[in-house]
Amino acid sequence: MIDKTLNWVDDRLGIAKGGRTFVDKIFPDHWSFMLGEIALYSFVILLGTGVFLTLYYVPSGHEIVYHGSYIPLRGQKVSEAYASTVGLSFDVRSGLLMRQAHHWAADIFLGAIAVHMARVFFTGAFRKPREFNWIVGTLMLILGIVNGFLGYSLPDDLVSGTGIRIAFSIIESIPVIGSYLGFFLFGGNYPGNGIILERFYIIHVLLVPAILVGLLGAHLGLLVKQKHTQFPGKGKTEHNVVGSPMFPTFIAKTTGFLFMASAVIFGLGGFAQINPIWQFGQYEPYQISYAVQPDWYMGWLDGALRIMPSWEWVGWGHTIPLEVFLPAVVFPGLIFNILIVWPFIESVWTKDTRYHNLLDRPRDRPKRTAAGAAMLTLLFAVFFASSTDVMANFFQLPLMDVLWFFRFFVPLSPIVAYYITFKICHEMIAAEGVGQRKRALVVTRSAEGEYSTVEAAPRPGDTHEELEPIPVPTFIELTDPELATSAGVRRVIR
Amino acid sequence: MSDDNPRLEGPLPPAALDDPHLQPATKHPERVQNIAAASIIVGMIGFVGFIWVYWVNASTQWEAATLALGMLGLGVGTITWGKYLMPQGPFVEERHDFHSSESERASFNAAITGRGGLEVKRRGLLLGLFGVAGGIMTLALVIPGIRSLGPKPTKSEAGNGTTDNSLFATNWHKGAKLVTVGGRQVMVDDLEVGGVLTVFPQGYEGSSPDQVILLRLAQLGPNDPPYPIAPPGKTEWGVQGYVAYSKLCTHLGCPVGLYQEQTQQLVCPCHQSIFNVNAGAVPEFGPAPRPLPQLPITVDATGQMLANGGFDQAVGPGFWERP
Repeated sequence: MIDKTLNWVDDRLGIAKGGRTFVDKIFPDHWSFMLGEIALYSFVILLGTGVFLTLYYVPSGHEIVYHGSYIPLRGQKVSEAYASTVGLSFDVRSGLLMRQAHHWAADIFLGAIAVHMARVFFTGAFRKPREFNWIVGTLMLILGIVNGFLGYSLPDDLVSGTGIRIAFSIIESIPVIGSYLGFFLFGGNYPGNGIILERFYIIHVLLVPAILVGLLGAHLGLLVKQKHTQFPGKGKTEHNVVGSPMFPTFIAKTTGFLFMASAVIFGLGGFAQINPIWQFGQYEPYQISYAVQPDWYMGWLDGALRIMPSWEWVGWGHTIPLEVFLPAVVFPGLIFNILIVWPFIESVWTKDTRYHNLLDRPRDRPKRTAAGAAMLTLLFAVFFASSTDVMANFFQLPLMDVLWFFRFFVPLSPIVAYYITFKICHEMIAAEGVGQRKRALVVTRSAEGEYSTVEAAPRPGDTHEELEPIPVPTFIELTDPELATSAGVRRVIR
Repeated sequence: MSDDNPRLEGPLPPAALDDPHLQPATKHPERVQNIAAASIIVGMIGFVGFIWVYWVNASTQWEAATLALGMLGLGVGTITWGKYLMPQGPFVEERHDFHSSESERASFNAAITGRGGLEVKRRGLLLGLFGVAGGIMTLALVIPGIRSLGPKPTKSEAGNGTTDNSLFATNWHKGAKLVTVGGRQVMVDDLEVGGVLTVFPQGYEGSSPDQVILLRLAQLGPNDPPYPIAPPGKTEWGVQGYVAYSKLCTHLGCPVGLYQEQTQQLVCPCHQSIFNVNAGAVPEFGPAPRPLPQLPITVDATGQMLANGGFDQAVGPGFWERP
């Protein structure tokens, strides 16, 4: 039956030859290769839950009187966007689950991208021939951050409305063209004629996702074409790829992983409240809430804005608000540009133009690892600077002291992190047997009174025994009842 | 895709049961299968539970619990199946160099530069015209696409609705009545000393650029200045202890909504800029670069509070056209 169907398709499309290559495709096994899959599956959930939300959300700033089931809001004048978001949370069955799962999936999506990117960076997977895919991935990160911001702005609640106001002011700060850009995007001076929600909506649900889907296709297409990188090991060279086959093993594991990621996201969506907009209330431009932080992936930009000194440049009849332009436009622009060109910087710096399919251990490239650690430290430091007010309250410190601490901590911590990481890498290279389990030393005393030490015998887990890889078989023999139990499953004991 | 990979055409040589490479699980595949089957059945129960929970409209927590249980069971079952019962190898596949052979490259490059390039070179005029036309076409398509989006920012300072297309304008003018967001007229005895109120020009309640924070500061005697440390030229901008500042933070335009009466400071909750209300709202701390613009106010004979003019500068954060 299946044979017949496959032949029927092959008669028309000729899938057998390429198809065999595809199902035989080898995926290397390593836990860190799953990080990108988390991002992929969060994106799948984002698309699914997002479609659900579009059916109930109304992108309109038009004011109506709320009549839904959330009693504290009844009779209040709210925008249709806000009313419909509260409505889909409380009056649409499983709407709250979908909305919160969507929000959690976005946070996990960007978190997974960040960790995946760190893995790619620290293992040198971005090197030739994979520069294209590094750039495509970085673009997806940027678009993901943009779309996250647009998405949490849509409910028109007090907290996100303040975020939109800040976004307008940041655009306004760009020299020469800033006010034009802001006016065009918002349809006039802030807050515009309520048009911004409609525009954010179409960008959030159509424009950015369409580009993201395209980039995702390119990302995976390049992965298939260029084949996955692998860590060095028995039988693994620059010219082969060792692991488990696409079909059925990888498909089974990765599909299972899709379900696991969904379980976590939907579990969070139901049990961990996120963005309770009915508590914040409708956005009014003259109202504000205290001690609110943006979603985590915006924190580093907010922190940079907080610690920036108040340097405004005024002259020749013009103003450049450097206190906004530098931390909110130049800083992220610089970071993303460094990320994009890093593969080329490194290739020029190391004069390395060879192909690399085997991954580095981070310690073996101390300078790159230290640079990555410095970058992460910088981003974490500004991220924490986005909660200066909360820290000041929590630690009972004057706000000024906390701010001044971060003004020094943010620029200095990456330097320290670079130095420490560099040293640790060199220590690890120099130390013999690092990362391996220590073996006991047995001290014995001979009859003559002489002491000697002998290393104890290795324990079962100490040795790392790997099989010689073999080409993928067409099928697995299951006829011999004695051997059938092993079902061709050959595993490496670790 | 090339198909010159070495392959085992035929079965995988099965490992003997005492093969040291076999994981313990592999020696008892029936147990592993039972675990996988049990997980998938748990998953089924979870999904059936979700449908039931949805049907009876139980809480979001029950929805999440059943759905997550379903996904978890199915996930654990599938992964167990894939990880312990399916062939793991390690299998090997050859990689191929990405670059083409020298002759392929040469012929491709020749087709580009020789066949096409020569033609292009021969007709430089056409190429130039094509480029210019393409550029103009792009402009023609992009300009309306961008320009239609919104009005051009003007430098109009007059009020009455022009706040929509000017960063300089507010609706405050001499004689504008101070009203609350609900539209109630503000009287001179409305606030206690230390009180604050957000006010708007009458007719523009709730408008973003017009929002003003009205404060009543301590005034020791009737002949004392209206507020303690008035900036030069602005001694008469307050009245009877009242001062009014634009509520838009000069940093990023958040409403400067926190008033700390003890320290006589206005605090912006967004990025913690702090303004001294006694000294013309000069920034004392944080990223805000300029004082909050002050609105001159006065009181008429009936005790109604009025604006005594508009702002003397653009309100809100900085921008290029701001002098």
